[in-house]
Amino acid sequence: MVTLSHYLTLSALLFAISVAGIFLNRKNVIVLLMCVELLLLAVNFNFIAFSRYLDDPAGQVFVFFILTVAAAESAIGLAILVVLFRSRRSINVQELDVLKG
Amino acid sequence: MERMYLAIVLCPLIAALVAGLFGRQIGRSGAHTITILGVGASFMMSLLVLKDQWLDGAAAFNGAVYTWAVVDGITMDVGFLVDRLTALMMVVVTSVSLMVHVYTIGYMHDDPGYQRFFSYISLFTFAMLMLVMANNFLQLFFGWEAVGLVSYLLIGFWYTRPTAIFANMKAFLVNRVGDFGFILGIALILMATGSLDYATVFAKAPEVTNQTIEVWSGTPWSVMTVACILLFVGAMGKSAQMPLHVWLPDSMEGPTPISALIHAATMVTAGVFMVARMSPLFEYSETALSVVLVIGATTALFTGFLGVVQNDIKRVVAYSTLSQLGYMTAALGASAYAAGVFHLMTHAFFKALLFLAAGSVIIAMHHEQDIRKMGGLRKYLPVTWLTSLVGTLSLIGFPGFSGFFSKDALIEAVGHAGRAGATYAWWCLLIGVFVTALYSFRMYFLVFHGQERMDAETKAHLHESPWVVTVPLVLLAIPSVIIGWPTIQPVVFGDYFGSAIVVQEANDVLGELAGEFHGPWAYILHAFSAPVPYLALAGALTAWYVYLRNPGVAEAIRQRVQWLYALLMNKYYFDDFNQKVLARGSVGIGNVFWRVGDVLIIDGGLVNGSARVVSWASQVTRQLQSGYLYHYAFAMVIGLAVLVGWLLMGA
Repeated sequence: MVTLSHYLTLSALLFAISVAGIFLNRKNVIVLLMCVELLLLAVNFNFIAFSRYLDDPAGQVFVFFILTVAAAESAIGLAILVVLFRSRRSINVQELDVLKG
Repeated sequence: MERMYLAIVLCPLIAALVAGLFGRQIGRSGAHTITILGVGASFMMSLLVLKDQWLDGAAAFNGAVYTWAVVDGITMDVGFLVDRLTALMMVVVTSVSLMVHVYTIGYMHDDPGYQRFFSYISLFTFAMLMLVMANNFLQLFFGWEAVGLVSYLLIGFWYTRPTAIFANMKAFLVNRVGDFGFILGIALILMATGSLDYATVFAKAPEVTNQTIEVWSGTPWSVMTVACILLFVGAMGKSAQMPLHVWLPDSMEGPTPISALIHAATMVTAGVFMVARMSPLFEYSETALSVVLVIGATTALFTGFLGVVQNDIKRVVAYSTLSQLGYMTAALGASAYAAGVFHLMTHAFFKALLFLAAGSVIIAMHHEQDIRKMGGLRKYLPVTWLTSLVGTLSLIGFPGFSGFFSKDALIEAVGHAGRAGATYAWWCLLIGVFVTALYSFRMYFLVFHGQERMDAETKAHLHESPWVVTVPLVLLAIPSVIIGWPTIQPVVFGDYFGSAIVVQEANDVLGELAGEFHGPWAYILHAFSAPVPYLALAGALTAWYVYLRNPGVAEAIRQRVQWLYALLMNKYYFDDFNQKVLARGSVGIGNVFWRVGDVLIIDGGLVNGSARVVSWASQVTRQLQSGYLYHYAFAMVIGLAVLVGWLLMGA
């Protein structure tokens, strides 16, 4: 029997993987974007699991919204990425340190 | 009369301002005309005041002219107290000043700072008159500082000479030490009596006697003693008493007329005048009077010794001034204020005369001041020679000359004083008589008699000084001879001073001596029963034998007592002590404060230190700003975790 806690555990694992991806990734901004997507999916998992558990469709509606926003966000993110690559000839995270004080 | 008092003070001031500010417009003759007119007018009016006070017996004037400020009930007035003491001082100051003004025309003839000089000496006359005519401590202090300022300006008159600058700084700094005591004394009197006005303070003096003050905890001192000693410290600075005497010999760097006016006749006697003026206070403190007596006597004797070895003509006279100031101070210490002031007066005339005569010699010698290079000047400078002889005789107390009366009265008074230290003082003064005669006649013989030791060039140009120089000499020589005859009876033994000088019954040595006084002739005869004239004669004869008759003796003595000679030549090492210990010590302390306080604590710690802390903190925090997104994201997650954790745990 698959219970709520299984879903939550899976979601937490996905979240942890994506956070680790953000932190540990030193090479590629695309991986960064993918990790952010994975982060959102982990959250979506939670929403859906709780929606079923509490028998409340609002959670599923929320997931649709989040998916839409996530799609738009990755479109913008990739667009920025392209521009970034054009101007700097690199998408290496290690070299993107213009925020340095 | 009140308007006249104001005019006496203001005439020299206006003349000084005109000569100083418009010197270029009015020219040389304009400058000396206006200043001489100003001082001459003051002199005439001072004579009138003296006549009014003495012959007509007018009551003493005491009143404020102008109220400068009232602070917390303490009135600060500009006011005049004109009694017989003041009148006497006014005449002395203005007459000597007038002579010096005239003399300056000749002495400073070729000097580019002619107008400036006249402006200064007139300003000095103003300041000195303010000092002697004051009726309150604040004005006294004003005059006191103003004469000090003019003295500073005039010692450094030839400001391109490094020695003159050194001398005027020295005079100024040593006087600061004295003035520090002086103002503390004034403050203490203000604290004890709540007033700055002489009359009020003197009236309250008996009450103050019982008050005590703890200078350092545990030892109560009489307020009167502390106040009087502090005031006397001021007098020690201004009147050059040991150990604050060191500035006076160096002040000879200034032009000779001011040496005569300021550093012999008037300003240096301000301390003596002040103590006499404060007699109602000093009389209540036996201790303070003993201090005055001992310091005065010590100065009188030991600075006299220094005069014997000096070779600069002006320095010999300067040391003689120190010594005579010591005599006056000793008289004050013996409660013989009248004798001290009497000696002040006669000394003003004969010492101004000696200085001006020295100046005349210096003019003739083309500004050569070394008496070893003079000699035999008698036949070239007859007027200067005669007047110098008069001055010298008066100085050593030759019977009948004015210096005789004052010095003899003074020594006798000290001899009769029953105060602690009186015996010591009496011996000092007696030996001092011998020393005075020795150095005075040493200088006289070396300058005017014996071999002519100057070079041929100077010798060819030797001639008597112009009349503007010799007339003041003659005019000063007259009172140097005769002023003692008519004045000794009323001033010293009579009641000339009336209530201006207060002496308590038990201390009244002059009153005691007055019984034995039967006119000047009898006084001269009486003097021969005391050792004083014989000592003076012995001193003069010794000088004659050693420096004129048998000059080899001086050299032989010098060889024999090399250590003593070195001690005297180095002025008891006072200057070395001041330079090496006090001056260098102050510089050392200043250095320590500068290095520790300024450089280390303020600059290093507070100013640069705070900047360095900020810099260090930012060095550390900028490490956090790596610029990598994942670091920021990590920080955000950590922060979120902490926040959530805190919320959960805390709740």
